[in-house]
This record gives sequence, C-alpha cells and structure tokens, in this order.
Amino acid sequence: MRKILLPGLIIASTVLIIARLFYLQILDDSYIKKSDNNAIKIVYDYPERGYIYDRNGELLVANQPSYDIMVIPREIKNLDTLEFCSILNITKDEFLKKIEKAKVYSTRLPSVFLPQLNKIEYAAFQEKIRKYNGFYIQKRSLRDYQVDVGANIFGYITQVNDAIIQKNPYYKSGDLIGMQGVEQTYEEVLRGVKGVKYRQRDRFNKDIGSYKDGKYDTISVQGSDITLTIDIELQKYGEALMKNKRGGIVAIEPKTGEILALVTAPSYDPALLVGRERSKNYTALYNDSIAMPLFDRGLLAEYPPGSPFKILTALVGLQEGVIDEKTQFLCHGGFSYGRGAFMRCHCGSGVRDLNIGIYKSCNAYFGNVFKLTIDKYNKPRFGVNAWSNHVQSFGLGNFMGYDLPPGRKGHIPTSKYYDRWYPNGGWKSSTIISNSIGQGEILMTPMQLANMMATIANEGYYYTPHVIKKIKGHQIDKKFTTKHVTTIDKQYFKPVINGLFDVYNHGTAAGLRVEGIEICGKTGTAENFTKINGKRVQLTDHSVFVAFAPRENPKIAIAVLVENGYWGSRWAGPIASLMIEKYVKKDTITRKDLERRMLEGSLQFEYDKVTSGQPFSINR
Amino acid sequence: MKNQSVINNIDWLTVIIYTLLVIMGWMNIYSASLPAEETSIFDMSQTYGRQMLFIFLTIPLIFVILSMDAKIFEKYSTVFYILGIISLLGLFAFGKTIKGQTNWYQFGGFGFQPSEFVKTATALLLAKVVSDTQVNLKKFSHQLFALGVFCFPVMLILLQPDAGSAMIFLSLIFVLYREGLPSWYLWTGFIGAALFILALIVKPVFLIGFAALVMIVHYIFNTRITRNPIIYGLIFLLITGMVFSVDYVYEEVLEPHQKDRINVLIGEDVDMKKEGYNLNQSLIAIGSGGWTGKGYLEGTQTKGGFVPEQHTDYIFTTVGEEWGFVGATVVITLFVLLFLRLIKMAENQKTKFSRVYGYCVVSYLFTHFFVNIAMLIKMFPTIGVPLPFFSYGGSSLWAFTILLFIFIKMDANKVNEW
Repeated sequence: MRKILLPGLIIASTVLIIARLFYLQILDDSYIKKSDNNAIKIVYDYPERGYIYDRNGELLVANQPSYDIMVIPREIKNLDTLEFCSILNITKDEFLKKIEKAKVYSTRLPSVFLPQLNKIEYAAFQEKIRKYNGFYIQKRSLRDYQVDVGANIFGYITQVNDAIIQKNPYYKSGDLIGMQGVEQTYEEVLRGVKGVKYRQRDRFNKDIGSYKDGKYDTISVQGSDITLTIDIELQKYGEALMKNKRGGIVAIEPKTGEILALVTAPSYDPALLVGRERSKNYTALYNDSIAMPLFDRGLLAEYPPGSPFKILTALVGLQEGVIDEKTQFLCHGGFSYGRGAFMRCHCGSGVRDLNIGIYKSCNAYFGNVFKLTIDKYNKPRFGVNAWSNHVQSFGLGNFMGYDLPPGRKGHIPTSKYYDRWYPNGGWKSSTIISNSIGQGEILMTPMQLANMMATIANEGYYYTPHVIKKIKGHQIDKKFTTKHVTTIDKQYFKPVINGLFDVYNHGTAAGLRVEGIEICGKTGTAENFTKINGKRVQLTDHSVFVAFAPRENPKIAIAVLVENGYWGSRWAGPIASLMIEKYVKKDTITRKDLERRMLEGSLQFEYDKVTSGQPFSINR
Repeated sequence: MKNQSVINNIDWLTVIIYTLLVIMGWMNIYSASLPAEETSIFDMSQTYGRQMLFIFLTIPLIFVILSMDAKIFEKYSTVFYILGIISLLGLFAFGKTIKGQTNWYQFGGFGFQPSEFVKTATALLLAKVVSDTQVNLKKFSHQLFALGVFCFPVMLILLQPDAGSAMIFLSLIFVLYREGLPSWYLWTGFIGAALFILALIVKPVFLIGFAALVMIVHYIFNTRITRNPIIYGLIFLLITGMVFSVDYVYEEVLEPHQKDRINVLIGEDVDMKKEGYNLNQSLIAIGSGGWTGKGYLEGTQTKGGFVPEQHTDYIFTTVGEEWGFVGATVVITLFVLLFLRLIKMAENQKTKFSRVYGYCVVSYLFTHFFVNIAMLIKMFPTIGVPLPFFSYGGSSLWAFTILLFIFIKMDANKVNEW
C-alpha cells in the first residue's frame, strides 16, 4: 500500500491532466477562435465599384473616395474625448451613443464609428489618428453621379445592416451594398470581391507580419463596369416632361426588350443618397407618403389599363375566330349586354368594324367581341380561361423577370378567380364584361403596358424587358435573349396595327401627329379611387397612352401614365409623342408649343385636392 | 576500474529521457523568445542563447557528480544542509528583491536561487535521518524530527516569501509515508486543503452540516471497540473552527494576488485583462493547439507574446500551442516514464539511504511537474514553479540536474554496495 501511493498519484494526476488537455484542445474549440481574435487581424482591401454607362457609352455613375472612421471598442485607450469630439465636430453625447452602438455589435470587431468623411474632415483627423488607440480609417469608394436623373434605375448604396450580415457572411459591419435598381441586381458584378489580408499582431496590437506568410490572403477583384440599355438623353427628357406630375414612363426597344427609359415621377437626385447626409435625406424621402418619391411607379403602380387593353380584346377575338377584320357591330351610344345592363360609349354611335372600333375606342364594339369570345365555349369557365391564357402570353398577370426590383404582378383573372367570387356559379360573359375595355378585374403596371406594345410592334413576340446591355467580362443573363411568343398568330396583328395607326390619322390622338414618323398608339383613361378619412372617393381619371413607332420596323414602344391627368390625349398622349420624336428623330423637337406646355404643366392642384380637406370636383 | 563500472551501470534510459526533455525545453524556449530579427542561437542577449550556455555547462557538472565518491553524499549531507540553510539566511541580508520576493542572489549578470539547491541538501539529510537505524517513524518524537528536517527550510522560504518553493518541500511527506509515517498525516493535510477550497465555495453552514453527517455515519459504522465520542467531538470542533477561520485566513492572511489566483481558479468573476489575464492567455494558447498544434515557431499566441513569462513558468503553453494535444501528451508521457523509472530504481536500491533519496527526487520532480502544468490548464491555483528541465533558468536547470544525477550516481554505484 505504501509503495503504490506515489506511483498511483502520478498516474492518476497524469490521466486527469491529459483528460483536461483533451477537453481544452480537442473538445472545446472556442479557444481557437479566441486565439484568432487575439493574434490575427483581418485587413480588407475594398476594390473600386464598377462604373455604369448608358447605351451610348456615356458615363452615368463613377466613384469618389470616402473615409470611414472605424472603431474597435476594446482597444480604446487613454482617449482625450474632448479633443476627439471637437475634431470630428460631434457632441459628447453623440460620441457615447456611437461607442455604445459599436459595443453592441462587438467589442473586438471593427465597426463604423463615423461614416463617409470628406477630404477636409479626413485630413484633419488623419493628423491625429496616432493618438487615438482603437480608431482607424477605412477608405471606401462612394458613388459619384454624373447625372441627376435615373435614381430609380440606379438604386443606391448603403451600409449593410445586421440582417444582411447574418444572411451573407461576405459582408462585414460597415461594408457597403447596393440597394434597389441595378446596384442591387448587379451587386456582385459591380462590387467585385474584396481582398483579405491576415496580419499577425502581438499583445501590444503591433503588426508583426503576415499570418502564415500570406497563405490565406486573397487579392481583391475589381468590380466590373456595366452598360445599361437606358438612353440617358431620353431618360432626362422623360423626367423633365414628368416634372410636377405623378406617374411613369416606360420605353422599350421592341426587337430586343431593352428598356430605353424608365421614368417615375416624382423622383430625386441620386446624389442625395451619398455621403453623410444620406440617412437624413433617405428618411425624408421615405417619409414622404404623399408624393412617394421612392415608389417606382413604372414597376410598382398597378392600374386598370382602360382602353389600351381593347387591343388585346380584338387580338383574342381574331385568334379565336369569333370576328374577322370586317365583322361589324352597331353602337347606339353603348352596348346592351343583358337585361337592364348597359355599357355606355362615347364614340358617337354608328356601325363599327375593327378599324373604326380601335381608332374611335368604341366600347360597344369590344363588349361584343369579348362576349362572343367567352360565349364561344359552352361554359363561361372555359371561355375565360382561353381568353386569360391568350392575354397572359403577353407577359401580363405575373412577374416579368426583368433585372430590376420585381415590381408587381398586375392581375389577369381566370375562372378560379370568379368561382371564388361567385361560389354558387352563375357568372357568365355579361358578368365580367368590363374586362373587354380594360376595366373590371384587370390590373397592369406601366412596364407591362409598354411590353404589351412592344409585343404588338413585333407582331407576336417579346423579349423580357431588361436594363443590362453589357457587363465587362461577363455574359448577360440568357433569359433576356430568349424570345417569348404569344398565342396570337402573326397574321392577326396587321389589322390591329392599322387601327392603332389610324388612332393618329383620324382617331383619339389625331392632334398629336409627328411630322415624318408613323406612330401607332392608343389612348386610355383609367378611373381611380382613394380613401379619404376611410371613405372611398373617386379622383380625376389617370391619363394613359401607349404607342410604338415607326409603324414599319418599330424602334420604340412606350407607355405613359399621368396620375389624375384626365383623358389620355390630354397629358399622356403628348408626352408619349414627344418622347417618340425625341428618340426616333434624335434632334430638336419641332412642336415647341406642345413641348413647353408639357414641360411647364403642373398637376399639383389635382394632387392638392386630396390633402386639402376641402370638398372638390373631378374630371374637369 | 571502479569509475568504469559506474559508467557501465548508469541507467541510460533515465539519462536519455533527461536529455530529450532538456532539448525539447530549449526548442520551446527558442520559440517562445524568438525575436523579430534573425540572430544566432548562441546570442547571449537572448534567453535561448543563455539557456544554451546553461545546458552546455551541465555536461561538466554531470561528469563531476558521476566521478565523485558516492559515499560523500551521505557522509556530508549534514554539511550540505547547513550550507543550504546559511544560504537561505544570507538572502535576508544580501538577497535581491524581485516582485516582493527575496529569493535571489545576484552575481554580476547571473542570478542564483539557493532554494533550488536546498532541495537537494534537504533530500540528502532527510535520507540520512530516515535511514538511520535509530530512527523509527512510528514514534511521535522521531516523526517530528523528520518533519523538522524539511519544515525548517520551508519556514525560511515562506519568509522570502516564496509559497511555490515551500510547497515543493512539503511533498517530501510522501517519502515519509513510504517509510512508515502514519497515514493520518496525509489525511489531515488532504482534508485540510479540501476544506479550505470548499469553504471558499460553499456556505460554512452546509459544509459543517455535511461534515457532521459524515462523522455520524462513520461513528455508527465504526465497529472497532476503541471508538471514542470525545475524539469525534474534538475532530468536529476542529473542522468547525477551520471552516470559520478560512474566511479570516482568506481575508487577512492571503496577499491580494494570492486571493486573485484562488478566485480565478474557483471561477469567481474576474477581469480577464487584469488578474485573469495570465490564465486566460495560457488557456487560449493551449486550447488553440488542437490535435497537432499550429506547428513549430508558428504559434500565434507565442509569437505575439500574449502569454507572460512564457519561457519560464509558462513554457508548457508553447508545447500545447505549437505541438498540440499529441505533442503535449508526448512530453507528459516522457515525464511520467521518468518518474516511474525513478521509483523502480529507488525500490531496487540496496541501501535505505539511496532509496529514500530516490523517493525525494521523484516527489520533487512530480510536484513541480503537476503544479506547473495543472496551473496552466486551470486545475490548480497559479503558483510560480518551473517545469523541471524545460523552463528557462540556470539555477533551476543545474539544481534539477544535480538532484537527478546524484541519484543516478547512487544507482550506478549500487553494484559496489553490499
């Protein structure tokens, strides 16, 4: 017994020591992390973000240097807070708040203390940086906008928030990321890849060389430049025309699906969202719930399209064989589609065939066509589904898949939709007759309207609209070069296009002809409502216009929507014709009076009605 | 001819383990104190350069010990002991005070720590006393005498104060136990230490209640006729007194840094930048080693100098970080092999003197080894003792070398005993 005490003790304690070592070194891996935090400092090298050009190679978005003050809270030592605050021109309260915020993120990882210093502020701080342990300067590049338009297309750059950091480990606190527009869609292309250097440091936080001779270091990859399909001159012109109005313009090149202009009004100068004033300006824009400058109406606003939709009613009727070019209907100031059911028409009664129906926008004609289409089938359900299928083949009723924020789907009803509304059945063509003239249950965004016109211009096919033309060193997404063919045969487009051409010759847009360009278009007027104090109130109609030009070999398809602009040829029509002239002729506008009227015209009084609190009348 | 037979009878396994440990120690010291610029490994301004010199100087030292007459150690053990005590006393007059401890002589550039050598002298005298045929460890007065041999230097060392070194001497109680000291000495020491730690963690009421329970159970099941309620009562009073005095000892007797070390161990809330820093960095270094470590000279904790005193008391953290679990286990295994080998050799001695001395050597080395490594991995309070053969330092290396090789010499000489 006495002999084995010491050897027993030796073996027992050795087993304990080895067990403890096994726990520390093998089972518990928290020490590896702690050791890395201790001794390894990660230094990022941020590449410059790619430039953005317009379709003609004009530089739209470049970069400017900016300097962030970063802080590592646990390394702050002997700080002369008073001097520090006075150099940066912040109060002590702000200082404490920022430090507290940084600590909440992490005491040992860097976070942004003060973002985006300009060169002068940077120079003043740089002189003293040595004195401020725990603070350092991180150079980044900020956007430098060469134009004051297109904010909705570009999007903006912002610091990543916690949710993004959680989701995507690439981003670290203080990193920048593109939001909205192409900055978001092409974030990975534009940003490039930041370089990482692992530096080893000693307990005084002094750099003592690279970690493992740079074995894990990576070099930064430059962001790629991108070229947009936007014609910046057209974009500028569109934004100017929409000044003091609300609404959107979407212009597409039919044969490629390239978006030439995407205007939303009101908009803002993209430069507002750069630099230290960014968050203040953003908040102001965000909080403007009346004009909603951050709301991209071209993609997000869903309206009943009104008369432009009649084009599809006609095409479906032709395809289904319920009418031909020569089929005639009598309009007697409207369309009596059932007992006591009457859809009024303002075309000025008479016998209507396809051509006249289109250029006079005769409600009675299209009501008849729609009714025949649905009633061709023995059950309205089959009729509606056939119709819906044709209409959806124009890219309606669903997300279009363009390379911008996804916007809205719009709405094209199917039989399911009506079965839900009328669970006991009993709905028929006459129940849903408003769809024939683009009212009823149909909703479309301006982008969808423009795409519809592009499809008609192409006589039956379209490419998914997109803003990307070229990415340096990359291919653009194949889906933008894939043809979508509609269910309507090519031969049926000619008579409809002729009708659209006659809208300008002797129809609702006769006053908007442009010398030397054959335009095909269609006016529209969309009823709309809002809620004031919980009551549904009708407002002045939206002015809608869709068109493409020239008739032969179309170069541009366009949809214009002016909120509360009343009838189609009052605001939307002229603006569309000016845009077409600007794009097709590429020189100065000939109709100076019309141009001035549009540029200077304001609909502010219409918008003020809603907020005035006074009773008001509409459609004057 | 006599010398030759000694060389032939040297226990080469022990010498090989010793050599391996010294070489590995130097390699880790080199890593722990490697400066940014390249310098010669003989650079005397660097710790590894000086350690290299110390190592070379052990060679003549070993030869001197091995060529000495083995009888000298027994014969002059009293003289060595007295010289040792004088050197300890001299510290109070001529010693150098570092961090509040007066345990060094300073001769020019080199320091000398007498307590390291007093260990050997004490072991020799203890061996002589215990091996004396007149001495019987069953007798109380003889027990006191034997204990006095090492408790006297312990007192002097505690006055320096150097609790770590003092503690090492107390391990000689294992030797006395091997030679017949009653076991209650060990139990008293063990229970006392356990009570001290427990009293800091558990509320006194619970601890005393638990002690009472254990004693009642023991009393009931104690079938011996001699069971005496008065003795039980006395022991209980003793325990109660001890438990309540712990607070007093803790608050009044212990130095603040000693309190911190205990707080760190028992998991009190401590500041990892101040009193908890050393242990925390030590754990990070060892814990981040993983299976095979970060590679020699690649330890980030070691290179960054995060672990303080890494070349001396904390040298094992370098092993843990750069060589990982595998490396640490190899080093530990070498030590354990050495200990078990020495015990075996001690048991094989023909004289009681050399057997007792052998046990003293193992007790010293093992206690150093255990206290040193256990404190690095948070199993024991931080007490500054070097890791034998590994840690930087001339005094410690030479003292351990002398301690070990005297025994190797005795062992080799046993052929000449009868």
